[in-house]
Amino acid sequence: MNLDLRLPIGLLFTIYGALFIVFGLTSDNAIYARSLGINVNLWWGLVLLVFGMTMLAFSLRSKRQGVPNPSSTDSTSTP
Amino acid sequence: MRLGWIDYTVMLLYFVFVLGIGWVLRRFVRSSEDFFLSGRSIPAWIAGLAFISANLGAQEVIGMGASGAKYGMMTSHFYWVGAIPAMVFVGIFMMPFYYGSRARSVPEYLKLRFDEKTRGFNAMTFAVMTVFSSGISMYAFAKLLELLLGWNFHASVLLSAVIVLGYIFLGGLTSAIYNEVLQFFLIVLGFLPLVLLGLKDVGGWAGLTAKLTTVATNAGYPAGAWSESWRHLDSAAANPMGVEWFSMVMGLGFVLSFGYWCTDFLVVQRAMAADSMAAARRTPLLAAFPKMLFPFLVILPGMLAIALHVTRGTFLPLMSDGTPNYNLAVPVMLGHYLPSGLLGLGLTALMASFMSGMAGNVTAFNTVWTYDIYQSYLRPGQSDAHYLRMGQAATVFGIILSGAAAYATTRFNNIMDMLQLVFAFVNAPLFATFLLGMFWRRTTGHGAFFGLLTGTLAAAIQHGLTLPHGATPGLKGGFLGAVVHTYPSEMAQNFWSAIFAWTACFTTTIVISLLTQRTKSDADLTGLVYSLTPRQTDRGLPWYKAPVTLGIIALGLTLVLNVIFW
Repeated sequence: MNLDLRLPIGLLFTIYGALFIVFGLTSDNAIYARSLGINVNLWWGLVLLVFGMTMLAFSLRSKRQGVPNPSSTDSTSTP
Repeated sequence: MRLGWIDYTVMLLYFVFVLGIGWVLRRFVRSSEDFFLSGRSIPAWIAGLAFISANLGAQEVIGMGASGAKYGMMTSHFYWVGAIPAMVFVGIFMMPFYYGSRARSVPEYLKLRFDEKTRGFNAMTFAVMTVFSSGISMYAFAKLLELLLGWNFHASVLLSAVIVLGYIFLGGLTSAIYNEVLQFFLIVLGFLPLVLLGLKDVGGWAGLTAKLTTVATNAGYPAGAWSESWRHLDSAAANPMGVEWFSMVMGLGFVLSFGYWCTDFLVVQRAMAADSMAAARRTPLLAAFPKMLFPFLVILPGMLAIALHVTRGTFLPLMSDGTPNYNLAVPVMLGHYLPSGLLGLGLTALMASFMSGMAGNVTAFNTVWTYDIYQSYLRPGQSDAHYLRMGQAATVFGIILSGAAAYATTRFNNIMDMLQLVFAFVNAPLFATFLLGMFWRRTTGHGAFFGLLTGTLAAAIQHGLTLPHGATPGLKGGFLGAVVHTYPSEMAQNFWSAIFAWTACFTTTIVISLLTQRTKSDADLTGLVYSLTPRQTDRGLPWYKAPVTLGIIALGLTLVLNVIFW
């Protein structure tokens, strides 16, 4: 199959992670009363970002090893 | 609960990605085999995650949460007695026949092994069951969104239908499988913060068991009835599920779980799409590892909810008869702990579980409909392109029928109990047929067919003559006029229905097989029956790829989990 599934998974969770981190940093702390005072958006955003970027890294690495790809964009997005 | 812009953004992104995956995959669908079996090209890890994700529908997330609240830790038996051993069995012993015979579906295997009528019976009942299951997912999805967010019921049915239809229509089974893997990660990462926050709130596992002791003693059970899985199984009166160890192990473990995981095309299809025999055998085995951890993700929220409900006086909304609404355990937990942001992720994970459940059923339905009903009985001998178009059309009307089933689903309190009932009638005898068919070459087509009929009938009669405690005759049993036995619970009644069905099918199949002539020679049965098929050898495979090694590790770890939560 020609679509590496790790690419869309990595992409979606990287976007989610970044979104939650930004939201966690800018949101009013009052909304975290229900989550026991923890800024869960910030912390879980970090987890999602790490997961997403790991998936992306695997996907881009196997792409580089498998098919020779002249574009150099893949090295810039690995964490 | 109120959603902010970020929650809607999270949902929207998910919808864009699932449809996008279907869109990208559409150009790989050239033949009916591409559409229905992904061209048999899926790597083992993807097939494995799809194998559990396809089953991760409403009955799993909402139903297991509800059962966790209603029955406590004993719900883990659905995994640690039921699913895992069955998944190991199908990977090691059954997959060589499914994959090796090149059958395109489970009914088609029955046609190769037995005869036309056995295939026809299985194909028809299965088609009805998939539509029904998909309808339950759709109904639960819409009902939940109506309740939580005030969304219009009809609009939600339409939304789920259009999205699932969109990605299956475009990319066929590959699209469903890819999206199931995406949904798997979304469900794990969306629910994990909920479990962690809930546990922190009640003071960890120790705090939870202390609160569950109150739950158990308040309800008149021994102190550990909600937090221990095996200790209270010696009598049905000692635990909230109302079952004893024999019906648990035989009914749920042996009959229902093996029947489901080993013969249900919905899950077997994922392994059939794998890219090699070795990958097909690894599919359920790799799936067993994340699956054994799922109780912590789907049962624990229910246990946390009931612990909070009882010790804080109020937490879950009440039904009209004053009992807590167990089906809302997970959604209420989401609303209670997750702030805007993660709430969107949790709700998206919930939606993903409904959609993966629907999509799994719809892809199984369109395959069985097209190959086993349409191509076999209605229009044989057409071009492959014709059957591909039929498959796409079947996807459309499969979803329309699911919608109809969704509107018909309103009668049971616990979705799980209702699904168990359907499985007991249809699936329970099936495992006896496969067991005999695969391991005893003397089994004949007549034996298999009449065995299945007798088994299904036995389940229906047993159900019709008994009642769970406190129920009135009707859908829940006793519909044959007389009630000869009353079970402590619906769960016990369902387990026993399964045991009766299996035993009836097993014995009838043997008797009729011995009385009838074999119609298939040993040569016909090569690749379909154990004693006539060359053994699969694991030699040359590294240990982490060898099915038997993986199976033993999975069973060993499951045993450890059983002992820890004994």
